Amino acid sequence: MPIPYEKYEAVIGLEVHAQLLTKSKLFSGDSAAFGADANTNISPIVLAYPGALPMLNKRAVEYAVKMGLACGCSIEHTNYFARKNYFYPDLPKGYQISQHTTPVCKNGFVKIRTANGERDILLNRIHLEEDAGKSLHEVDDRNTSLDYNRAGVPLIEIVSEPDMHTAEEAFAFVTELRKLVRYLGICDGNMEEGSMRCDANVSIRIKGEKELGTKVEVKNLNSIRNVKKAIEFEISRMIELVESGGKVIQQTRSFDASNDTTFSMRTKEEANDYRYFTDPDLPPFIITEELLHAIRAAMPPLPEELVRKYRDLLHLPEYDARVICDDAATIRYFELLIQTTTHAKAAANWLLGPVKSFLNDKGESMDEFTLDASSLATLIELVESGKVNFSIASSRIFPVMVEKGTADALEVATELNLLQNSDAGDIAQWVDEVLLGMPEKVAEYKKGKKGLIGLFMGEVKKLSKGKADPKIATQLLTEKLEQR
Amino acid sequence: MQVTDKLVEDLANLSRLSFNEQEKEEIKKDLQKMISFVNKLNEVNTDGVEPLLHMTDAVNVYREDIVQGSMRKEEALLNAPAADGNYFKVPKVIKK
Repeated sequence: MPIPYEKYEAVIGLEVHAQLLTKSKLFSGDSAAFGADANTNISPIVLAYPGALPMLNKRAVEYAVKMGLACGCSIEHTNYFARKNYFYPDLPKGYQISQHTTPVCKNGFVKIRTANGERDILLNRIHLEEDAGKSLHEVDDRNTSLDYNRAGVPLIEIVSEPDMHTAEEAFAFVTELRKLVRYLGICDGNMEEGSMRCDANVSIRIKGEKELGTKVEVKNLNSIRNVKKAIEFEISRMIELVESGGKVIQQTRSFDASNDTTFSMRTKEEANDYRYFTDPDLPPFIITEELLHAIRAAMPPLPEELVRKYRDLLHLPEYDARVICDDAATIRYFELLIQTTTHAKAAANWLLGPVKSFLNDKGESMDEFTLDASSLATLIELVESGKVNFSIASSRIFPVMVEKGTADALEVATELNLLQNSDAGDIAQWVDEVLLGMPEKVAEYKKGKKGLIGLFMGEVKKLSKGKADPKIATQLLTEKLEQR
Repeated sequence: MQVTDKLVEDLANLSRLSFNEQEKEEIKKDLQKMISFVNKLNEVNTDGVEPLLHMTDAVNVYREDIVQGSMRKEEALLNAPAADGNYFKVPKVIKK
């Protein structure tokens, strides 16, 4: 009997940890940079020497608030840090400093787009906490080796409500979050290197039921694709388990990327007892109205706002607006372009056409693009004013300009002798030559086959090597054909 | 609150400590004493009193985001019970 998957609904909540791009750690001055030699970014505070006192990094607070504002969260006024007590060698203190009762951001949402349209995924909270050190189990046969460089690096943990129902939604959620943290410049969003990490809580229930089923937590999801695959696997596993008479047990599972399955890491008999309490070493921090205003004022407009602006004010097609707003570098570049040219639609076409394909060919991303925006704007102006046509501009002038990095399109076009000729005399000669060479086609045209004008135009273009101003050429062609 | 064997065992587990039977009895007694001592505070009427979370009124004690104050690796590893020139060492924490 086939398994009735459609009888069930999955309920998914995600916890995403994002390392903040601060220079120093959350409570100490050690560098927070990734990739340093083991145990070189550590201090008495990280190593929990007696008497060492933590001190809060202001920028980390600002970054967390930025994220909260971008997600429409309410921002907590009076914030406390709490100690989350657990005994494990990845944190020498014996506890992780986190936020418990007062997460800096509450509620809010992240807008996602899937095949089923647009939807807001509700957030529960975003809080600040410190990362733990790294345990290496393979360096040494008998021991676990510890590198405390990562211990104390600032994180925000973004906790969604159990508000997603498919792996696609989870995929879209993490994709949007990554875009957002990158756009805000608060995290590099690199899941492979672990600067953004995701755990998924998955449960199933019969469609229509209100109560949540027993949840399984899936860890070790080191790419957005794996988030999707792991959840897909987990949903099927649970449904098959229940359909065959089994029962889902609460456990933590790990994703195995070698075969796209999950396996049980540990079974939770009872909730961990973290014995949270307010950290007496850290005085509360207060997000005043002034600080909130200052952070808000320093924030760039959000991609969603820019999509609306490009669509409604610049009259770009929604699709173009969305593609531009897909990454921060393209937004920045487009914003520069439209400061120097009023031809927004043409600017979008250039960005999504020649620029994107140039970068694709080179396997580069937008922030590696070397031609400065004001130079590209001169090329856009040149095409829009009719001095060169688009295909010449993109195939001949554009590559030369990219090579130079900064260049004036008019100069390059003049140098290459590619400027369009608007001299009616010159164009008339080309037109005459074309018409003389094709008497039969001219006769057909006279009989009413007016579509042939395109053919004549093509020939004039060829003959003039693309330099004949198409407006004048069309006009002259029509006139001369009528006269014959 | 009664200090039971189970409570002592749970706390021992959370702190990764282990006690023999005799020690356990002593710990139970000690814990019971501590709890009675703290329970005394429950006799004070705290209606309408906000919990005191910090001993000072200090707020917003921030640090600018500047890299400074790290120690040398050699110096840090010097105090470790076990280390190899690069890493701190602890007994294996995962079972093979």
